[in-house]
Amino acid sequence: MNRAENALYELNEMDELANGNSPVHRFSALAKLLVTVIYIAVTMSFDRYDLSGVLMMAVYPYVLFQLSGIPFRTCIYKMRYIIPLIAFVGIFNPLLDRTAFVTIGRVPLSYGWLSFAVLFAKGMLAISASFLLAATTRIDAVCAALRKLRMPAEIVTVILLMYRYVSVLVEEVGVMSNAYHLRAPGQKGIHYSAWGSFLGQLLLRSMDRAQELYASMLLRGYHGEFLYTAEAGMAGRDWMYLLTWTAVIALLRSVPVIQIIGNLFM
Amino acid sequence: MHMADVLLSPGVAATMYAASGTAAGVSINRLRRENEPEKLPVMAVSAAMVFAGQMINYTIPGTGSSGHICGGILLSALLGPYAGFLSMIAVLVVQCLFFADGGLLALGANIWNMAFYGCFVGYFLIWRPIMKGKALSSLPVSARITAAAVLGCIVSLQLGALSVVIETSLSGITDLPFGPFVGVMLPIHLAIRLVEGLITAAVLVFVYKARPELIKDADESAGNSMSLKAVLCILAVVTLFVGGGLSLYASGNPDGLEWALFGNREAGYAENMALDEEAFGVESSAAETAAQVQETTSFLPDYAFKDNDSALGTTVSGVVGSVVVAGCALLLSCIFGFFRKRNAAGRADVN
Repeated sequence: MNRAENALYELNEMDELANGNSPVHRFSALAKLLVTVIYIAVTMSFDRYDLSGVLMMAVYPYVLFQLSGIPFRTCIYKMRYIIPLIAFVGIFNPLLDRTAFVTIGRVPLSYGWLSFAVLFAKGMLAISASFLLAATTRIDAVCAALRKLRMPAEIVTVILLMYRYVSVLVEEVGVMSNAYHLRAPGQKGIHYSAWGSFLGQLLLRSMDRAQELYASMLLRGYHGEFLYTAEAGMAGRDWMYLLTWTAVIALLRSVPVIQIIGNLFM
Repeated sequence: MHMADVLLSPGVAATMYAASGTAAGVSINRLRRENEPEKLPVMAVSAAMVFAGQMINYTIPGTGSSGHICGGILLSALLGPYAGFLSMIAVLVVQCLFFADGGLLALGANIWNMAFYGCFVGYFLIWRPIMKGKALSSLPVSARITAAAVLGCIVSLQLGALSVVIETSLSGITDLPFGPFVGVMLPIHLAIRLVEGLITAAVLVFVYKARPELIKDADESAGNSMSLKAVLCILAVVTLFVGGGLSLYASGNPDGLEWALFGNREAGYAENMALDEEAFGVESSAAETAAQVQETTSFLPDYAFKDNDSALGTTVSGVVGSVVVAGCALLLSCIFGFFRKRNAAGRADVN
């Protein structure tokens, strides 16, 4: 499998996740999008040293992972390139802020490490929430939701078309590079002397492809904007979803739940 | 250069949303006044081209960092600044909503940093003056395209990199001091954008030779005779060229297409946060921060841990609470898992 096919494979995997059937998948995209935005905004608003508060916000991704049946390790795997970078964001804090706030045995822990942990937790929660939105919502549903939020039809149409083109293009690249490498075994990349003929081939193939794509869109009645069904709206259960999560998030933000639970047991 | 949510405070994020939203509103108005619905597929193919281009990370020699193209200049040279800006928005929205690349709250800031400067500043202050200016009119068009593309990429993305630093500093979330951060961001982006400028120039010169009327401001005598098919074809070819040809060329690079639609943040942050040993030794306002902390912290408070009972109590309650919550979570996992299996079994029976 070459690189392009690998990319396509991962793209399809994300599509398959989004096409699943779970209680979370069935809620409207609009409700999920709004909850995700509220959740990330509230999570980011915690104080830089409020570790217990931020950790409690894990309730939302936790419940969604459970309800959707998407394993947490899938999220970790898909985000494997991003997670180290989240750690990067706060990497300077332990170096710049060395005041100890607690000494465990003889090892001092600095405020820098605390704020680093908070930043990392915030980053992971935001990533999980974004991943859950992407993994439980189909692209056309999200686009319909964006239209409901009054995003101009032009942008939404470009998003939908682009999404379709990307997989076509990546597929085409895969086929072409396979063909090239079968004829040039052991060669790394494309020799510059072959770039002309390679481009010539690309020209012919993609000309056919682009013509077919646009013609078939016109034949299916495309006239400058896609049509959306009623599923873009919010039914009663979607309002329930939105309001319940808003209430839960507000509660978690305003009440130090972890400490209250801890006190109950002491 | 994609910023994550965790870098921005909600206030800064909202401001950037407002700024980018205004620019998008102006662009949409212009696009509607032009009233060319057939332009949308062209925008989509161009956006797909940039999306494919952003998959490819090229390494910057001698730094250990890598970068990917941004595409603002490329799109505005092909589509004009307004349609180019909207296409860039489409690219960034897809990356954000479907691949969790670039934060949802940071989307406004990302649009501003990567699309606004390239499409508006780069186009109006660099591309158009160079392409249409009298001073350079004796040069061949391909030389002017190269100059405009390289200069446009460098200037617009230096501005973008500076914005990343300013937005991060205004948010006050990381302890990274402004000076060293700028000192790291701007030089590394100079290198990355020089390469982007050369790639953009190669693509645009190729398009110019095949279909000169596609390049904005390149040839005033060209009419509006281009057919939609031709436009789509050329753009798709360039996309394939960028996505396919160059990725093969860059196959020695560990990031490349393997990045596989999900990992291109790596490049963004390698640049954004490029580790600099010098920055480690910078003074911090630790004492000030510590004082502030005493007021605000709620978990593991005050370093008076050993001799302050209430602080000790709060800390321990936090730990105990965490353990209890984690236990409940584990229990619930088992219960959820049990019901999922039973439901699946039930459905199988019905079938």
